[in-house]
Amino acid sequence: MARQGCVPLAALAAGNPLSVAPVSLDGAHVLVRTSSQLNAALALVALDGIAARLVIAPPDLRDEDLADVISRAGIDTLVTDGEAIAGLKQVTVSPDLKPAPDCERVRVSEWVMFTSGTSGPPKMVAHRLAGLTGAIIKPGAITPGVTGEKIAPEAITWGTFYDIRRYGGLQILLRALIGGASLVLSEPDEAVADFLTRLGRAGVTHLTGTPSHWRRALMSPAVARIAPRYVRLSGEIADRQILDALKAQFPEAAIGHAYASTEAGVGFEVTDGLEGFPADFVGRFDAEKRGAVEMKVEGGILRLRSPRTATGYVGGAGQLKADGWVDSGDMVELRGARYFFTGRRGGIINVGGLKINPEEVEAVINRHPGVAQSRVSSRKNPITGALVVADVVLADAANDNATFKESLLALCRAQLPAFKVPTLVRFVEKLELTAGGKLARHG
Amino acid sequence: MDLQAMIIEQFEQVARDQEKKLGRLAPDTVLLDSGLDSLCFAIVVARLEDELGVDPFTASDDVFFPVTVGEFVKFYEDAAAA
Repeated sequence: MARQGCVPLAALAAGNPLSVAPVSLDGAHVLVRTSSQLNAALALVALDGIAARLVIAPPDLRDEDLADVISRAGIDTLVTDGEAIAGLKQVTVSPDLKPAPDCERVRVSEWVMFTSGTSGPPKMVAHRLAGLTGAIIKPGAITPGVTGEKIAPEAITWGTFYDIRRYGGLQILLRALIGGASLVLSEPDEAVADFLTRLGRAGVTHLTGTPSHWRRALMSPAVARIAPRYVRLSGEIADRQILDALKAQFPEAAIGHAYASTEAGVGFEVTDGLEGFPADFVGRFDAEKRGAVEMKVEGGILRLRSPRTATGYVGGAGQLKADGWVDSGDMVELRGARYFFTGRRGGIINVGGLKINPEEVEAVINRHPGVAQSRVSSRKNPITGALVVADVVLADAANDNATFKESLLALCRAQLPAFKVPTLVRFVEKLELTAGGKLARHG
Repeated sequence: MDLQAMIIEQFEQVARDQEKKLGRLAPDTVLLDSGLDSLCFAIVVARLEDELGVDPFTASDDVFFPVTVGEFVKFYEDAAAA
């Protein structure tokens, strides 16, 4: 086990991790579906510029969604370290590098990522490598610690609590590759303490995750084994409490929180240690600067435009606006000279970075024969950012008891992953409707 | 019921609801080794807030997260005393 999964990144470009010559996949529409993060990274490096489309399956992509994904994205080839899928050309990926025949990388491959969570068939979002790497301006000149020391790019060891098959994690993989740094990836189902211990042993200098990832790390005694110089948060609202807690745990580290989404790309980074972002970020756009991000707030919603945004959706999941503005769905509020994030439009609930559409949970609750109506909403939580709660109108008011509640929760647990199951169910007499007859959602 | 017993009861209840195997709970047990995950702790904190009317994670200016069961209980005791 000792050296399992250790591959010098520099070796990637020179060796072939695939069971076929990469050039044989010229113009292919590839689904990269692996159990190990490293194998996904190997496949992406091997095929960028050769495959026409690289669809990166997140670890939780469900088997029942596969057929839909394959048809919508026109997939013809599967690159995997696991089982074959009938009807697709099968290519195996492993860290045992073979000599790679020379091959031209002439294409601009489309990198396709999945949005995190919500309901229905997963949304596939297309990017170009130039856009994905647009926020990585000067490889190497990244982030000195608070003490002002400069860290040589090759002396950086990145670590991430994210999975590299999601936007936040892929950003870190690309930073490591471009800067020639090292990167420590988590193993599937690895315990927090074990991962922190490995990070410590590898001398991690730059570590990233969601606020919920960080709260969990701070609850582990193994957090004492790491001393990163740079700590980065993204994917959820970074509140004052988690920023202060990280400052206290890592007094020598520069702490920043970044705003990014799968659709909008990397927006900006806040490095002053405070929550929210300075109001003058909006409208500070400098058209002369390469890759600059434009931001505006309309109807309380943050919108972004930049070369880093997605190029579009794959397979009829809607279209990005022709003018290039991406509606983030994130609500912001101006207080003094600073904007603060207040939540997601449409009541989308963010539990530890996983997004939940309330309608999806309501649909399951409403399947229970004893339920007349339900409304699912978000409850603020200091551990996961938010939790799912439900207000339920009973078909028969006499059912207002623990037995009924248990049968309702049993239904939810059978049909939903744990983070989507309501953690609190309240029975209410009626639910407010809007003038248009829709369920009133607050916040 | 004293605070510690209430907290332990919530640990046990949430472990049952989430179908987690709860390990031994002693004051020096590391929370993340108790068998509960982040979601479980989030639920414990929400339920305790409903029962006690206090959420020390949000209310306190303390910047340290509790690591052991004993620290977790003390976190609530301090909040209740404040």
